[in-house]
Amino acid sequence: MLNAQDVLFKTLADPTRRAIFERLCREGEQTVGALTTGAGVSQPAVSKHLGVLKQAGLVRDRPHGRQTHYSAQLEALAPLTDWTGRMTGFWETRIDHLEDLLKRMDQ
Amino acid sequence: MTDAATGTRSVVVEREIPFPPEKLWRALTQPHLMEEWLMKNDFKPVVGHSFRLSGEWGGVLDCEVLAIEPERTLSYTWDFAHDDLAYAMKSVVTFTLTPTDAGTHLRVEQAGFRPDQKQAFGGAHAGWRQFLANLEQVLARAD
Repeated sequence: MLNAQDVLFKTLADPTRRAIFERLCREGEQTVGALTTGAGVSQPAVSKHLGVLKQAGLVRDRPHGRQTHYSAQLEALAPLTDWTGRMTGFWETRIDHLEDLLKRMDQ
Repeated sequence: MTDAATGTRSVVVEREIPFPPEKLWRALTQPHLMEEWLMKNDFKPVVGHSFRLSGEWGGVLDCEVLAIEPERTLSYTWDFAHDDLAYAMKSVVTFTLTPTDAGTHLRVEQAGFRPDQKQAFGGAHAGWRQFLANLEQVLARAD
């Protein structure tokens, strides 16, 4: 089972999805239509990314009339901004590099 | 993990490595190999030896070898000096190798942080965006 940190990493590892999230952080609440402008992908693709972000708790949606407004939930980043979680991530990444190196090394 | 008595914290990462301890030990203790997976360094496998780890972000970690038991244990200090105490850090990193049928069980522990060190070099200097960018590559390879 994935823990909260894994879910966040996987969710934000996609550059398009991360860009959408960063834009919501930067510019505040937006509709799918507004987010599609400049996203470089279709509106259905943006909607799909927003769905994934929502599932990870990174965005919240608020229906307003015929539109749905999306906003970033910064507190969902807590597992990443937590020092211990971050250092665990640091070592996990370094050990990935270590394993890559071991594969390349002579016996 | 938090040690309530001393206020220190520790991070533990464990991994099954499909290579024997001898090979892993070389990667952990030979400077040119350490540079490939960790950071640039002037490490020497001698207790009491002071060395530096230079990060890509320009920061330098001051280290001193505390314990060496070939192919079993390696421990060194991992200190980051900074005028702002929120960024400064004193810690100890310990690598423990245990041979297994399939290779080696590697345990990495970093211990000794004070609870007020919320912003340490890993995230604050490299930034979590950069971290995630690196992670992206790792995940791409892992799939």
